[in-house]
Amino acid sequence: MSNQAPLLELKNIKKDFFGNQVLEDINLTLDAGEVLGLVGENGAGKSTLMKILFGMTDIRDTGGYGGDVLLNGQKVNFNSPFDALAAGIGMVHQEFSLIPGFTANENILLNREPQKKSLAAVVFGDRLNTLDRKDMKSQAEEAIEKMGVHIEGAMTINDMPVGHKQFTEIARELSKEQLKLLILDEPTAVLTEQEADALLDSIRGMSKRGIAVIFITHRLQEILNVCNKVAVMRDGVLVKDVPAAETNIAEITRWMVGRSVADTAKDRREPPQTETVMSIQRLWVDMPGETVRDVNLDVRRGEILGIGGLAGQGKLGIPNGVMGLYPAGGKVIFDGREIPLNQPRACLNSQLAFVSEDRRGVGLLLDESLEWNIAFPAMQIHDKFLRPMLGGLVKWRDEKAIREVTARYIDELKIKCTSSKQKAKELSGGNQQKVCLAKAFALEPKFLFVSEPTRGIDVGAKALVLKALEKFNRESGVTIVMISSELEELRQICDRIAIVSGGRIAGILPAGRSSEAFGELMVSSVV
Amino acid sequence: MNGKNTSAPRKALNFLSNNAVPVMFIIIIAICLPMSGFSTTFLLNEIMTRLSRNAFLILSLLIPIMAGMGLNFGMTLGAMAAEIALILTSDWQIWGIPGIVLAMIMSIPISILLGLLCGKILNAAKGREMITSYIISFFMNGVYQLVVLYMMGSIIPIVHTTIKLPRGYGVRASVDLTRIRKALDNVLSINIGGVIVPVVTLLIIALMCLIIVWFRRTKLGQDMRAVGQDMEVARAAGIDVEGTRIISIVISTVLAGIGMVIYLQNMGDMATYSSHSQIGMFCIAALLVGGASVDKASIGNVFLGVILFHTMFILAPKAGAVIAGNEVIGEYFRVFVSYGVITVALVMYETKKRRAKAGMGAQLAAAQREGDKR
Repeated sequence: MSNQAPLLELKNIKKDFFGNQVLEDINLTLDAGEVLGLVGENGAGKSTLMKILFGMTDIRDTGGYGGDVLLNGQKVNFNSPFDALAAGIGMVHQEFSLIPGFTANENILLNREPQKKSLAAVVFGDRLNTLDRKDMKSQAEEAIEKMGVHIEGAMTINDMPVGHKQFTEIARELSKEQLKLLILDEPTAVLTEQEADALLDSIRGMSKRGIAVIFITHRLQEILNVCNKVAVMRDGVLVKDVPAAETNIAEITRWMVGRSVADTAKDRREPPQTETVMSIQRLWVDMPGETVRDVNLDVRRGEILGIGGLAGQGKLGIPNGVMGLYPAGGKVIFDGREIPLNQPRACLNSQLAFVSEDRRGVGLLLDESLEWNIAFPAMQIHDKFLRPMLGGLVKWRDEKAIREVTARYIDELKIKCTSSKQKAKELSGGNQQKVCLAKAFALEPKFLFVSEPTRGIDVGAKALVLKALEKFNRESGVTIVMISSELEELRQICDRIAIVSGGRIAGILPAGRSSEAFGELMVSSVV
Repeated sequence: MNGKNTSAPRKALNFLSNNAVPVMFIIIIAICLPMSGFSTTFLLNEIMTRLSRNAFLILSLLIPIMAGMGLNFGMTLGAMAAEIALILTSDWQIWGIPGIVLAMIMSIPISILLGLLCGKILNAAKGREMITSYIISFFMNGVYQLVVLYMMGSIIPIVHTTIKLPRGYGVRASVDLTRIRKALDNVLSINIGGVIVPVVTLLIIALMCLIIVWFRRTKLGQDMRAVGQDMEVARAAGIDVEGTRIISIVISTVLAGIGMVIYLQNMGDMATYSSHSQIGMFCIAALLVGGASVDKASIGNVFLGVILFHTMFILAPKAGAVIAGNEVIGEYFRVFVSYGVITVALVMYETKKRRAKAGMGAQLAAAQREGDKR
């Protein structure tokens, strides 16, 4: 009997990106009207799973997926989101998919506008039908009513508070007659508390109408409030799938962060109790997607300070703001002197260095050789590797010194390359990252920001990079602030870890504390 | 968004910065007007002539702007199509209204063809439509010359020696359109207090305005606005982004072709190799003077622009004569100003975008300050 089959069934879903396994044997079922809360750290595989479900083309472009998706007991294979929509799956993305100058009504019915026949359409085709504004209004209002949260249909998106934009998107999905399953990807991230409550009510309403909802969020309380089931993902594996009534926040947090605490509790040094070397006061940074709000942070001389937190909470904004790459305000005092913001050069002159998370964009001169990549900033900023000629009139590049220093770093960091003349773009991601580090080391800074140093590189390279950072800190006494979304690697080499949540510092703990403690800070004031 | 400023001086300042170009022109005109010494009737007559001559051409720019393709030189291609059509109708000795109508009809298939080509290329250069279409207009100018200078008379039959070059093929540098001169403008034209009003031409322009208003309300118009504001969102909603963009360019070239016929019947003379070359520049400048920007233009901008821009054109030579004792100065001033206006408008557009971005930071800082108060 087909009506006995669950609405949605995922069987042994597997996915790898070029050999890198991101999803392993995911099994999940969902009945009509059920609300499933899906949680997990960033990179746990939630988004990839939802992309598969929604038929996103980038899944197919990267080799498809393994396993089966069954809808009402029938195997489906979506080639594009349009197929998924036709089958009754709707998705509200994290990024708004709205036309900014259109009203809510226009957006709700985008490309599905009711039309009135016009004479010109007979000759030139249906696209010259005029829009039936009255019908549009009533259809949109119907969808808004279904949602149960009031938004102004005639208001343009530009003029709306961000929460209403989110509701407009939800109303758009609800206006589709065939909707059976709605995926909400962190919908409450941009909502105020009241708005979030209204959304939860709205989800309950949908559930009553028989619409199943997959609700992805970092706010665990919401999951417990509204969901029937909780699914927890970690490192591409579905670790738990339990009824929401049988669990609590502490338990979910533990499942999310997961790994046994013993594995990283190695010989850790005592956090150095030195004086403050950098004091960040009331910093705000306007970095799209990583907004920083009113951050106060003191960094001690000679320590490795980790900055962690979930994606989009602002941890990346801190180094980018201090180093002047994004508009920022507030005060940064380094070594007793105030460093002017919004001037990258001033930071570099004060012997601060930054290894950006955007290594291909900001970090490397992709078309240049390793030598040039490693030596260029030092040459540019501190006049290193230059020989004065003609009594200092002309400065000549000291090719020999450049080659020597490059060779040293290639050796030290085990950069895999054919020669020091090889172009940076020909290296693998891990080796490119090592070049970025070498470049920063060659500057011989007093203070180093390292942002996501292990993102997208393999385990071996990861260990090497972390080791190199630790060594640089221990031997040269350089203060390092490392930003990473992987808590475990922060706990490996950092002395203290600050967790950013909602653009602010939620707390600073010694690295030896339990994963759960950090996990709680991460979700404490998520926006 | 720059937020809502309520104070009156703030509002006035905002209005000025949003309408800097038209305001600048009103000031220039206010200064030049008394110096020129022209009579009101003369001035109104001149403005009326230029309004009926240019408005239709400028209207052709509106639809690509709506589709987010910016100030588009694709219209130059439509102008070329119209010229080819007019050369042929002149050679076939079809004059008067029938000549004009036939030229308009003949220009349409050529415009569509050129528009399709231009649209395809512009789809490959999204975000850089203005400069790309400008270069395409240069390239197509070469093709146009090939057709008119070598193929007309040799492959495409041209009979009359008044049009053909003495060497047996190619078209003369100037084609005489005296016999269709003002043929359209003179139908039912009336004289109001010494100002001659070309009623039919104005009616055609008014009809075009109505069509544009209607078009905005069609499904296609809605799609174009969606594509113009965010291509990715439109695509995700299932709108054929590329196709819609091509259609907008085709509509623009077709309208420009018709507009060019109206323009040339008013002039009564066609410079075969140069009529089209500056028309795009002047139309864009006029539209910008009317207060349009790269992503926003209305019918109101068209008319305000034509009136301000061309009043300046009429006044400038005379004012130049008064100030510098030389009319050429005014002539120079015209060209200088139209390029200047385009530059200023483009720079202002970018500045405004950047300012909106910086506004985000200001908002963050303000939120922080507010947090202190609480």
